[in-house]
Amino acid sequence: MDTLVADNPRAALDPRVLRREFPIFDNNPGLVFLDSGASAEKPRQVIDGLAEFYRRDYANVHRGVYALSARSTDRFEEAREKVRAFLNAADEREIVFVRGATEAINLVAQSWGPAHVQAGDEIVISDVEHHSNLVPWQMLRDRVGAKLLMAPTDETGEFDLAAFEAMLSPRTRLVAVTHVSNVTGALLPVERIVALAHRHGATVLVDGCQAIPRMPVDVQAIGCDFYAFSGHKAYGPTGTGVLYGRYAALDAMPPWQAGGGMILNVTLAHTDFQEPPHRFEAGTPDIAGAVGLSLAIDFIESIGRDAIRDHEEKLTGYAVDRLSRIPGLDLVGGGQRRISVLSFNLDGVHPHDVGTVLDQHNVAVRVGNHCAQPLMDKLGVAGTVRASLGIYNDEADIDRLAQAIEACREMFSR
Amino acid sequence: MMDLRELYQDIILDHGRHPRNQRALEHPTHLAKGHNPLCGDRVTVYLAIDGDRIADVSFDGRGCAISTAAASLMTEVLKGKTLDEAHALFAQFHASVTGGAEPTELPEALQEDAERLEPLSGVKAYPTRIKCATLPWHAFEAALKNGLAGSDGATVKTE
Repeated sequence: MDTLVADNPRAALDPRVLRREFPIFDNNPGLVFLDSGASAEKPRQVIDGLAEFYRRDYANVHRGVYALSARSTDRFEEAREKVRAFLNAADEREIVFVRGATEAINLVAQSWGPAHVQAGDEIVISDVEHHSNLVPWQMLRDRVGAKLLMAPTDETGEFDLAAFEAMLSPRTRLVAVTHVSNVTGALLPVERIVALAHRHGATVLVDGCQAIPRMPVDVQAIGCDFYAFSGHKAYGPTGTGVLYGRYAALDAMPPWQAGGGMILNVTLAHTDFQEPPHRFEAGTPDIAGAVGLSLAIDFIESIGRDAIRDHEEKLTGYAVDRLSRIPGLDLVGGGQRRISVLSFNLDGVHPHDVGTVLDQHNVAVRVGNHCAQPLMDKLGVAGTVRASLGIYNDEADIDRLAQAIEACREMFSR
Repeated sequence: MMDLRELYQDIILDHGRHPRNQRALEHPTHLAKGHNPLCGDRVTVYLAIDGDRIADVSFDGRGCAISTAAASLMTEVLKGKTLDEAHALFAQFHASVTGGAEPTELPEALQEDAERLEPLSGVKAYPTRIKCATLPWHAFEAALKNGLAGSDGATVKTE
């Protein structure tokens, strides 16, 4: 694998070559997989590396005095350092391993939330958030008596910075926004959102689920206080995810779950807790998952994130162009800049029916509300069909998608 | 692979596009809302029950071709039936769309209605779509059970 592209990380990636690294395509011949936004398929080096870790280096971490446990701990902590470098975080103690972005956001909502958000305070989210970056804040709102505000996107799908700025006030405690919309693929101007929010003294969390697999991400350049992502959308194992938090922010937060591994001293009367990140990793973590995630990062870095972004943007452009030419197809707005995610509806055909016809043509897409019901309500649709891209997709996949959509039109216009 | 035209038969496309009895009843005696969380489909079934007979039945909501056609055909066959006949038709229909065991044989008088529902049995080859076809029927059963309690927003989910 490394020899294919490692010599020149800026070299354009070749999806047909990369696809060979994904056994799922050997076992499902002819599959056009356009649902990486829900979860990406796994490369051989993650699948095999995970098994190899269990075979050679596995033991519980941070506990044993024996060599094997030390080796397992090293692999686990090396994975943390790998994630730090991947995000360009300042310190590896800023990397908390969690089950996924959902858990990362809930951690912040439950630990940071009640300590910083009081009755009458305000939380601002965008109107394209996934439920996982909406419902935890509703729960916090209801728990402390805060207000939850939704910053709008405009009719093209672009995040409305002016409207957002007008919502900010000294009462704004938190801004929680996605980096890339999981419905429209719109890229939100997170650097500017952070700058405006910080000017008003608000903390900022960015949901990086759709961005991480597709572009370079530098949390220090973004300037956010928290950044969350899921490993399984980035070619890594399920059950893995990361919460990045600025160290000062994490250090001021109470634990949210208690158990082994997160304590210093326990008596019946009192417990002293570990420093971050261990304070937030109660119990035996997903050790192999973290190792698998680090292998996925190796895989991504071996291709090069600039090359991945170039590929995804180019293929997105091709798909937008190709789909726009299909009569009766309405592409849901992705703003000025969209990457890798395209939602659409076909005139007179329900998304669920489109999904079934596409499946019959071996084209895997997601249909429904994409865990974003407020956005569906705003768009006035019950759901959409969503195609989302990965490094194994090429123009031929988009052509197959377009042909299947045409077949669907034909079926329903008879 | 099954031909998709077995699933999307003409009668299903027709009822999907031009559903019958798609309106709210003005004075229902029973109603229930059904929701399929997988695809977001919603259907409300309205009943006017007179004694043990379904005097009127209608539905509204938004859904895919399968669930809309299923709701439309359901209202057509249920109108005028006794509750026992309705339950028998649902049992027969459920078996036909899930590929489950056939219940005891339907009375002669209901055979024709069961045949009207037969085109929907194509969904049994599409496991993710079976719930589309059964959703309105589950809402119907919930309405019978709960009277008008469903009007305050309680929703029956696909199983």
